[in-house]
Amino acid sequence: MNMLEIERLNVWFGHGRDRVDAVKDASFTVARGESFGLVGESGSGKSTILRAISGLAPHWSGRMVVDGVALEKVRPRAFYKTVQMVFQDPYASLHPRHSVDQVLGETLQLHGFGDIDARVVKLLEDVGLGQKFRFRYPHQLSGGQRQRVAIARALAPEPELLLLDEPTSALDVSVQAEILNLLVDLRRERGLTYVMVSHDLSVVGHMCERLAVMKNGEIVEVMGVETLRKMEAKHPYSQSLLAASV
Amino acid sequence: METLLDVEDLWVRFPSRHGVFDAVRGVSFTLGRERLGIVGESGSGKSMTGRAILRLIRPPGIVEAKQISLDGVDLMQKTEKEMRAVRGQRISMVMQDPKFSLNPVMTIGAQIIEAYRQHNPASKSQAYARALEMLEAVSIRDAERVMRAYPHEMSGGMGQRIMIAMMLIPNPEILIADEPTSALDVSVQRQVLDIMDKLVKERGMGLIFISHDLNLVADFCDRVLIMYAGRIVEICEADKLAQAKHPYTRGLLNSLPRLDAPRDHLEVLKRDPAWSEAPSVSGRV
Repeated sequence: MNMLEIERLNVWFGHGRDRVDAVKDASFTVARGESFGLVGESGSGKSTILRAISGLAPHWSGRMVVDGVALEKVRPRAFYKTVQMVFQDPYASLHPRHSVDQVLGETLQLHGFGDIDARVVKLLEDVGLGQKFRFRYPHQLSGGQRQRVAIARALAPEPELLLLDEPTSALDVSVQAEILNLLVDLRRERGLTYVMVSHDLSVVGHMCERLAVMKNGEIVEVMGVETLRKMEAKHPYSQSLLAASV
Repeated sequence: METLLDVEDLWVRFPSRHGVFDAVRGVSFTLGRERLGIVGESGSGKSMTGRAILRLIRPPGIVEAKQISLDGVDLMQKTEKEMRAVRGQRISMVMQDPKFSLNPVMTIGAQIIEAYRQHNPASKSQAYARALEMLEAVSIRDAERVMRAYPHEMSGGMGQRIMIAMMLIPNPEILIADEPTSALDVSVQRQVLDIMDKLVKERGMGLIFISHDLNLVADFCDRVLIMYAGRIVEICEADKLAQAKHPYTRGLLNSLPRLDAPRDHLEVLKRDPAWSEAPSVSGRV
């Protein structure tokens, strides 16, 4: 069964003559347990698709189905137990005055878990941080460690679908390798489904089985990773993107 | 090769509550009419090296060097007033993010004209014509409209090209580019690099290209310095970067995901404390 189905999705901002169509008629499906990539340059609408799925873009039309349930404008609480998102900039996505313990504890409490103490410890271990980081504040963590906390926070409600918005673009290559390895392991252990946005084709090639290339809000091509590796993209835009990135 | 800039034993220090922190530790290199890349991770001291050359590090930061000489004249001995004649005019610098380096309340035209008239005695109309010419040189279409526009109306790629135009208008001998393309998309990245490349070749400038992107530097520069913890750990010809020997450089190269060589897990860099203690390799020729 498909974990995610997107059908003729349109997302826009503003109205009247200021209206910007950020996503136009995008359709794709992601199978359960699959890892799907969205690539394109900035402004192509790839992050907007993730924001629309997670409910952060208010104006959209079309059909979005997550785990067999069609999404409405208002999301039920159960939705956030299924879908979670990791944002691009670990420096901006953590509250500067909340310790790691507060960040994870609050998330767990909001999702109605009882054994918060044990879960916080477990989450930190799962993302390779360990107990000593539990009472630190974001400014006491490096970029990679912050991104691990953000991943732990996303894993807290035990989601099935993880939306990853450029999770490593703010990090150094050596730290990027650690985070990508962590994501690969987590997906294998927990049978997660990923939708990953990146401007880096080699990162998407490493992480995903299928990917969609976006340009000006439209999906121009959906291909398997094998096609990408063999440089056999069909659409001229994906070809030029490939040529520019190797 | 003629030497434009000679940096010998450069140290940048910041006193902190936990003692003095050494951001750059004994770095030496020379720059001729070439494209010199400096690569390293965040915190390796690569940007500080670039800033120290222009003496842009303010107290309490401390800069020490045996010499930083430009055409044989030591910049360390110059007064602040004399330095002002060097900055922009002889050595200029393109910063990472155009959003933070352009003045948001001045039109692009006014900023470029100001940069030009700062160093050249020219009438407003001459400066205007020169600014237009420069914008066209960095492949900006519709330069007259751009002259009237404000920075927020520009995209990242255009902003960066405008910065380059502004930095090149006094015709400097050396351009220091600090991550000039890391805020840009791959396709725009190419364009900006091509423009810089063309200008370096045509004008015979020396370019110091600071970046964290190994592949980009290998592709674009002639010579590469690899920095780790404030020191230069290795120097190599850019086209031979793939054969680099130092375990740090090798580790960085191996941690990159590659399309042609799929792997289950990426290699993780294991840091050896000895790397940061070993003396800096000299990049002087």
